[in-house]
Amino acid sequence: MNLKKYQDVIVKPLIDENPITLQILGICSALAVTNNLSVTMVMCVAVISVISFSNLFISLIRNYIPSSIRIIVQMTIIASLVIVVDELLKAYDYETSKKLSVFVGLIITNCIVMGRAEAFAMKEKPLLSFLDGLGNGIGYSLILIAVATIRELFGAGTLFGYEILPLISNGGWYMGNNLLLLPPSSFIIIGLFIWLIRSLKSDQVEEDDFFVSKHSTSPDLSKREINV
Amino acid sequence: MFEHYLNIFITTVFIENIALSLFLGMCTFIAISKKIDAAFGLGIAVIVVCLITVPLNNLIYNYILREDALTWIGIEGTNLEFVELISYIGVIAASVQILEMFLDKYVPALYNALGQFLPLITVNCAILGASLFMVEKDLMFVESIVYGFGAGFGWALAIVVLAGIREKLKYSDIPDGLKGLGTTFIIVGLMSFGFMSFGGISL
Repeated sequence: MNLKKYQDVIVKPLIDENPITLQILGICSALAVTNNLSVTMVMCVAVISVISFSNLFISLIRNYIPSSIRIIVQMTIIASLVIVVDELLKAYDYETSKKLSVFVGLIITNCIVMGRAEAFAMKEKPLLSFLDGLGNGIGYSLILIAVATIRELFGAGTLFGYEILPLISNGGWYMGNNLLLLPPSSFIIIGLFIWLIRSLKSDQVEEDDFFVSKHSTSPDLSKREINV
Repeated sequence: MFEHYLNIFITTVFIENIALSLFLGMCTFIAISKKIDAAFGLGIAVIVVCLITVPLNNLIYNYILREDALTWIGIEGTNLEFVELISYIGVIAASVQILEMFLDKYVPALYNALGQFLPLITVNCAILGASLFMVEKDLMFVESIVYGFGAGFGWALAIVVLAGIREKLKYSDIPDGLKGLGTTFIIVGLMSFGFMSFGGISL
């Protein structure tokens, strides 16, 4: 009977409750690192591992954390995990670590990690929290990878650095869209993704803050003049 | 000398705007920009916290963490750079907490205005980002004060501008799926393209 619950925790954050497009969490890194698919993949793996393990550890000690200092305790756990990831990256993939520069460190303040720790791991059992972290990490990665694919393919004509659309400058036929290589374009791509997701799932559409009142007198359509 | 500091300030506010060119602090930037009042309060809070934490972290980096930094107390050959992240975030969390208590006790009016935003700031990557970029740029102490202020000011400027645009757009007829978050993303994208035009300026 519990299987359904476990399944929900992983599947829901993918589209229905996606951290980026619905919960507005973890947007910062989504923008700066997405112009190259291989760098994005490394970032995604880093975020998924930090968020699932921070959820696991915070959930393990959740009953011992006094609520007044919980933010600092959570921060310490998250920061330690990020340091581990950062050092591993420096040791085994120095090139990518240079490209990501401060953005690995900024996973600490990536609000997905804090947000899930606060909203989920402080209340639920360790295994469930771990899976929640995994689900949210994957949901975040889905959007990041989709944005990176669009930006690298149509911006530079390559995927993972391999040529897919031969550029004119290399004797091919494709004119690269340099606009997509600039960081601000990822905002617009994410905006369009949100539009797509919300058109398919209309329950995510935000309500207006105001009502449009009806016209006090309805126009008499029968007497409308026809201008030809 | 003054020109050098002014140069750092203008560069941080416009050319390397922390929100619109470096994309830091985006979550709060997008979530709390519905109303100008709230955006303004948060902006001021970010300026204050940046102004305190960036110079503090600069001192910690230069006198404790940096390679061979501990020679002034007679210990040589140390390199504590791997605890950089945890010390910065510790400094930020602690100063936000102290600032909150200080304002609560001595300046209640300001506390009431900023109070709700202060805890949010600990997890605002603009603050940690400012400290990390400060280290990357290798700034001296006084430069770091100017940099901290500039970084906060640039962020505050950007969020107030965004809130202004969103207030204007509130009554426009937008397709259902784009309402709220969707348009905000696109506006921020366009604003950030706009800020890129400062990139050509050389001081």
